[in-house]
Amino acid sequence: MRARVIPCLLLDGAGLVKTRKFRDPVYLGDPINIIRIFNDKEVDEVALLDIRATREGREPDLDLLGRVASECFMPLAYGGGVRSTETVRAVLKIGCEKVIINSQAAEDPSFLSRSAEVVGCQSIVASIDVKRTLLGRYHVWTHGGRRRLRVDPVEYAQQLVERGAGEILLNSIDRDGTMRGYDLDLVRSVVTAVDVPVVACGGAAGLADLRRATREAGAAACGVGSFFVFHGCHRAVLIHVPSADALHRALSGDDDA
Amino acid sequence: MIHIVDYGMCNVGSIRNMLKRVGVAAVVSPDAEDLRRAERIILPGVGSFDAGMENLEQRGFVEVLDERVRGAGVPVLGICLGMQLLTRSSEEGRRAGLGWLAADTVRFDFSALDSRPRVPHMGWNTIDPRREHELFAGLEAPPRFYFVHSYHVVCEDPTDVLATCRHGYEFTCVVGRSNVFGTQFHPEKSHRFGLRLLENFSRVSVQASAHPEQA
Repeated sequence: MRARVIPCLLLDGAGLVKTRKFRDPVYLGDPINIIRIFNDKEVDEVALLDIRATREGREPDLDLLGRVASECFMPLAYGGGVRSTETVRAVLKIGCEKVIINSQAAEDPSFLSRSAEVVGCQSIVASIDVKRTLLGRYHVWTHGGRRRLRVDPVEYAQQLVERGAGEILLNSIDRDGTMRGYDLDLVRSVVTAVDVPVVACGGAAGLADLRRATREAGAAACGVGSFFVFHGCHRAVLIHVPSADALHRALSGDDDA
Repeated sequence: MIHIVDYGMCNVGSIRNMLKRVGVAAVVSPDAEDLRRAERIILPGVGSFDAGMENLEQRGFVEVLDERVRGAGVPVLGICLGMQLLTRSSEEGRRAGLGWLAADTVRFDFSALDSRPRVPHMGWNTIDPRREHELFAGLEAPPRFYFVHSYHVVCEDPTDVLATCRHGYEFTCVVGRSNVFGTQFHPEKSHRFGLRLLENFSRVSVQASAHPEQA
């Protein structure tokens, strides 16, 4: 089975946006409309991240989430503002298949394990945001890239898996929205250190990037943002997804596309 | 018209919307009385076996469902936990299931294997239809569906097995006997494969003479 391709959609208020290095959100459109487009394009899964919930100390907008899930003809993962096991349960009950947890896993080390106990590891995705220093060292950041954790991403990923993460969403803050390709060194180092699927995220610009992340760096899935939502050098908003055939060729290793 | 049983176990919105997309009239029924006139029924479900049966009983669905499915021979499609509830029992719980199929639900057991595939089985997987059936009409090969489950159905009568899937070993992922059908995967999360299967269910012919087991 080929590696999965997962559009990562950022919810900012009632609309979807795309950021660059976690800043400068550009409005893309209404979440329901965009989910419908991804239904037509038949992507493997969708990840929806509310980028303001944690910052505002707010709970997930379950009403909106229920409406999005109802439109989703594919599995849906949600992250943003998930801070209690009750919320984890509520997010799954409203129709999501997975819950993505980031800041709260750092705030409360027992949170992942308690969540995994309630709903099972398979539904718990731990998200790790990483920034690279000028000297090439990697650091983990939480709260939407606003708080630094003094820990190395590889070690942190291992801790999160021990605590019950069933999947790792690995985000490169430096590559976010830049379309400079995935940080393959980072992806490879985490993939080799954990035995759960790793979703590479941040930097994809084309099929060649997806291919490198999966075949060279071992990612189980590719998170995609700008690649699917911007078109041309002026970054016009246009949702476009390669055909199933093109994805298959790029990801399954059938040829050298 | 398809009635989707809403017994508080999951969001049924995507099933309703998928049916709408293929032009099939559907209504979500939180009230058992609504089902008295149902012509076709979908029993969805996510969660544990006992909680599913408890919710069906508390909301008065069991009697009405029995009357429609066993009595009137109305086609029913159980999805995921909904499929498991069609069986007599489950290793996950202590309650009796609806018992419309001569089948039971068991946990994935890999003790006889060298490898230990992950449980739950979660993700996209291809299925292998065991015989021609209206439910599979027009499905592109290989049919690909989204699964999330730790338990699976084992049928007493192999002719009730319409399709299998492989996770560690072959297990039954689609069942069908006269008017009773079930899929272990989620058609409503499986794009065009699910659209086609739900559309096929909306047309599946009713065999008035052959009612399900009085197990």
